[in-house]
Amino acid sequence: MSLEPVAYVRAAREPEEPPPMLSSGAIAWVRANLFSSIGSSLVTIGCVALAAYLLPQLVAWATTRAIWSASDGPACRQHQDGACWAFVAAKWDYLRFGSYPVAERWRVDVVEAIGAALIVWLLWMNAPRRAWGALLFFVVYPILAFILLRGSSLLGLPIVDTLLWGGIFVSLLTAVIGIVFSLPLGVLLALGRRSPLPAVRMASVVFIEFVRGAPFITILFMANNLLPLFLPEAWAPDRLLRPLAGIVIFSAAYMAEEVRGGLQSLNRGQYEAAMALGLNYPRMTALIILPQALTLVIPGIVNNFIGLFMDTTLVSVVGVTDFLEAMNNAIKDPVWAGPTIMTTGYVFAGIFYFAFCDGMARYSAHVERTLAKGRR
Amino acid sequence: MDPASAKPSSWLSDERVRGLIYQILLLACIGALACGAIYNAAINMRDRGIPTGFGFWNDVAGFDINLHLISYSNLSTYGRAFWVGLLNTLLIAVICIPLSTFLGFAIGVARLSPNWLLSRFALVYTSIMRNTPLLLLLLFWYNAVLKSLPGPRQSIGVGVVVFLNNRGLYLPMPVARAPALWFLGAALLAVALAAGFHVWARRRQDRTGARAPTVFVAAALIVGLPALLTAAAGPPFAFDIARLSGFNLRGGLHIVPEMAALVFGLVTFTAAFIGEIVRAGILAVAVGQIEAAGALGLHRGLLMKLVVIPQAMRLITPPLTSQYLNVVKNSSLAVFIGYPDLVQIFAGTVLNQTQAAVQVMAITMAVYLAISLSVAVALNAFNARYALKGR
Repeated sequence: MSLEPVAYVRAAREPEEPPPMLSSGAIAWVRANLFSSIGSSLVTIGCVALAAYLLPQLVAWATTRAIWSASDGPACRQHQDGACWAFVAAKWDYLRFGSYPVAERWRVDVVEAIGAALIVWLLWMNAPRRAWGALLFFVVYPILAFILLRGSSLLGLPIVDTLLWGGIFVSLLTAVIGIVFSLPLGVLLALGRRSPLPAVRMASVVFIEFVRGAPFITILFMANNLLPLFLPEAWAPDRLLRPLAGIVIFSAAYMAEEVRGGLQSLNRGQYEAAMALGLNYPRMTALIILPQALTLVIPGIVNNFIGLFMDTTLVSVVGVTDFLEAMNNAIKDPVWAGPTIMTTGYVFAGIFYFAFCDGMARYSAHVERTLAKGRR
Repeated sequence: MDPASAKPSSWLSDERVRGLIYQILLLACIGALACGAIYNAAINMRDRGIPTGFGFWNDVAGFDINLHLISYSNLSTYGRAFWVGLLNTLLIAVICIPLSTFLGFAIGVARLSPNWLLSRFALVYTSIMRNTPLLLLLLFWYNAVLKSLPGPRQSIGVGVVVFLNNRGLYLPMPVARAPALWFLGAALLAVALAAGFHVWARRRQDRTGARAPTVFVAAALIVGLPALLTAAAGPPFAFDIARLSGFNLRGGLHIVPEMAALVFGLVTFTAAFIGEIVRAGILAVAVGQIEAAGALGLHRGLLMKLVVIPQAMRLITPPLTSQYLNVVKNSSLAVFIGYPDLVQIFAGTVLNQTQAAVQVMAITMAVYLAISLSVAVALNAFNARYALKGR
């Protein structure tokens, strides 16, 4: 048998075929990421079912079934299966300022605005003259904030007792003060922990480990109960100052470990080069080591700030009205008492903390990526 | 340089002398602060009539505690109350640590799952938990969920053995029957046999390279032997189930709502952090290790078990331990929902009643420090054993 020779030469270009449907595009993605195996398919179906069951209920609870405006409780009381955002709106001023006198609340606004501007200056990596920003934030701002918030008879600002301070501004204040005072203290402790002098090293280690080993609440109790005992009667600290001291002590120990991480990750060559230039210890530390180490630990400091901001919810145990405590007080208001008030209040507080902390965390992750790029 | 023209260097520029001076100065400052604090405390305590010794330890406490693992009544001493509080703190740790480890590993693995939806779910869960204060979660579970459940008469039943109402959670309570001792013996024997088999299988593998199905044999032994005994002699435990009598549920294992909220809140919170640690640990295993194991022909299960997990565990263990310590420390948030832990009983009630702030705080801090230090020592021992040699 002989085979007929088949001569075939393509004269024109074949039209291009699209890639097979199952190897690229949406369907391929779904196959690879949602239905790659039987187990994976079951998981996908389970997740979709859960979401389909929960999400509509949650969304309806928070939006369509919610009450957005009402002057007092009864409207929310009859309506049992939706959020009562009207309650949050009615209490918003209290949640922000606590019992701070209405006529003086502009002072809090000013302090918050200046603080926000300074923080943006410090955290914006390409901002001009960040050293000036740091000086303003760590030295001038605390004094200014203290005078504005507390009042001064010299400037004609009525004095507002710290008993009246409360709400979001106290939460922010405690966290910011915690950072402002604990960062320098933490830097000193971190340097002390790496010092060649045994007494300095021991003192730092004991302080850091002592504080980190104890729960924040016991530090607060200590600051609240023991500080007045350890100081002369005449210096007895204010009731807001005591927990603030506790926060600074607590935060400094964690900050020290953060800074120590930055110091350790510096190349040894930096130390050696600084010494070869003939710089003494203070100049080496201030001019070569700290500027690099502190830049490296900015993400860590921001994460510390987030943790501190959430930890400040505990100050209510020593009688300070922070945001969460203000929310607790607002929930107990008999005018608004109703079945959905408590859930509404806690969910709102949760959203507030989440938005704040998640935003900071995203910023810190962004800085971390930028820094990693620069070092590669 | 001509030695004669060199200036005789002052003793002040000697580095060692200066170091010594700095240290003496620091110690003097600390000493002065401590002396001042003690002096002030002595005066203040005398003026306010605060007891200075530990005499209060044996005084009658006079308050009730609704959860005590050792016998306690309001006629017991403050010392007894301290032990009750400490045991309650440890109880929370003992319950929460294994639960949050399981949940945390599940979440960590879910975040690395090839299933996109599952990893998204785990991500959302993690970021919600990590960006919400623990106190808010506890208050939410305790006040908004558990306290607003229906009363005992309208208990929510899960099956017909678990009940949930505003007075807490009721679980079936196992009550030992006659064969319980035999049952325990069988279980111990099974564990011993399984361990023996494991040792034998390991030796045989070292000698011949043949693998034995250790997991299946161990599971068969540990499940099978007690099951056989149960089939032969009847179940070793009877379950006491809560039932409604009057206006309340009686019997069963009653978990007060404070404890339920604390355990639930702590476990869900800690699990998110453990999940992140697990994820980071697994991701940190060098890709080359995984590729090499694949090139050796290990399939996915063995690859995880023999190559990835052992290396990841070395990275996971230190931060995991510090999370366990965080559980112990965070359980002090019990104060806010009224669970009687060490801080609530001792640093709260006892301090307020006796006014002995210095002594009470010193003891409380000492307890937490002792826990932290003992865990740190254990962790260091672990690191010394498992750290990469030669790094």
